[in-house]
Amino acid sequence: MRVGVTVNGEKREADVEPRLLLVHLLREVFRLTGTHIGCDTTHCGACTVLLEGRPVKSCTVFAVQADGKELMTVEGLEQDGKLHPLQEGFWQEHGLQCGYCTPGMLMTGYAFLRKHPKPTEDEIRWAISGNLCRCTGYVNIVKAVQYAAAKLSQGGA
Amino acid sequence: MIPAAFDYHAPSSLAEATALLARHGEDAKVLSGGQSLIPMMKLRLASPRHLVDINRIPGLAYIREADGSLRIGALAREADLEESDLVRTRYPILLDASRVIADPLVRNLATVCGNLAHGDPANDHPAAMLALGAELVATGPKGERRIAVGSFFTGPFATTLARDEILTEVRVPAPPPRSGGAYLKLERKVGDFATAAVAVQVTLGLGGECERVGIGLTNVGPTPIAARKAEAFLKGKRPDEAAVKQAAQLAAEEARPAADLRGPTEYKRDLVRVLTARALRKALERARGGR
Repeated sequence: MRVGVTVNGEKREADVEPRLLLVHLLREVFRLTGTHIGCDTTHCGACTVLLEGRPVKSCTVFAVQADGKELMTVEGLEQDGKLHPLQEGFWQEHGLQCGYCTPGMLMTGYAFLRKHPKPTEDEIRWAISGNLCRCTGYVNIVKAVQYAAAKLSQGGA
Repeated sequence: MIPAAFDYHAPSSLAEATALLARHGEDAKVLSGGQSLIPMMKLRLASPRHLVDINRIPGLAYIREADGSLRIGALAREADLEESDLVRTRYPILLDASRVIADPLVRNLATVCGNLAHGDPANDHPAAMLALGAELVATGPKGERRIAVGSFFTGPFATTLARDEILTEVRVPAPPPRSGGAYLKLERKVGDFATAAVAVQVTLGLGGECERVGIGLTNVGPTPIAARKAEAFLKGKRPDEAAVKQAAQLAAEEARPAADLRGPTEYKRDLVRVLTARALRKALERARGGR
C-alpha cells in the first residue's frame, strides 16, 4: 500500500505492507534511526514519536494508520544545527547514561512542555511514566525537563 | 515482532465498516486505538486476516452530554477523557479510571469503547461502567441496538457484540444531585493491569441513605463483576462505617479471583475488601460535596 506522511516537515512516501509497524517505516524505510526499538511490547516508550502532535508508541501503530498524517521524530528537534532546549537540558543535567530511552524521553518531554510550560516535578514524573529508563536516571531526566521549561519560558527557541 | 499479514481496510463510514465486518465475519477485527489489538497481533495471539480501521470515520470522537446522559463516541481517546472538563467535574470516577489505564502514551491512542469491546476482565472501564449503570450502543449493518453494560460481558475477551457490530457509543446516566463515584486500583507498576480494582458510584437520598449504589470489580474473575449483593445490602441504608465494612466484605465474597503472578486468591479477595471500603468512603465523600 502507498503511504504518504510528513516527517519533521518533509513529505515522504513509501510502498508498504499493511503489517509494517510505524517504527519500522521510520527506521528501515526512511532510515531515521534516532527512534529506538526497545521492548517492542508497548511498555518502554523508546520508540515514542509524535503523531499529529501527540506522543505515541510507534511500535504499536501500523504505518498505514499514519497515511496523510504529520509525524515528528527526535531528528526534528534540532534546528539549524542548534540543539532544542530540551536536548540541551539532557546534556547539561546529565539526563542520560546509556541513552537508549533518550529519543522517547525527548519526544514525550517535547509534547508535554508544549501543553504544560510551567510544570511541577510531579507533573513531569507523571508525563514520563510511560517511558522507562533502565539506567534509572529519572532524577536527572526530570532536571533536564525542568531546565528546558526554564529556558523555554525565557523565550529560548 | 511482526504480526501475521492482513488486508487493511480504512472505511469512511459506519455503513461501509459494518458491511466489511459482515462480509469477513470471523476473519475480521476492528482497529480503533489498537493498543490491545496490535500487541496481541505482534505476539500472534490474534491473527485477523482483515483489519477494519475505523479511525478515518468522521464524527466518532466526541464526549458530550445529551438527553440526560454522557455520550462517549467510539473514537474518544482515554487522553480526551482525562482532559475533559465535563468528565472532571461531573464524572470523577471516569477520570480516576482513565488516569490509571496503561500509561500516558498509550492513552493518547487507546479508546474508551475499545477498552470495553475488548472484553478483557483486566481492563478498567468495564467496572466503572458497571458501577455507573451505563448503556452501550452497538451499530451493525441493520442499525443500532442498545445493550445494558450488565449483560455485555459474557466471558474472558467475550461480549454480546455480534461479529458485524461496532461498539459506537457509551451512555452514562447523568448523576443526580448528591452523587459521587471513585475508582481505586492497585497495580504493581504504571502500565500494569490491576492486581484488583474497585469502582463505586453512589447517589444519596435527602435523608443521607443510599438511594442508588453501583459497585464494579476489575480483574478478579473471568469477566468484570458487578457486586450485586454488596449493592443490595447498601440500598436504602445509611452508609455508616459499619455498613461500609459489611458491604466491602460482601463484595470480597463476590470476587472470583484466580492466582497468578500478581498474587494468590486470598490476597486478591482481601484486596477487594480493602479497596471497596476505600472506594465507598471516597465516593460518599464526593457525593457529600467533597473532591
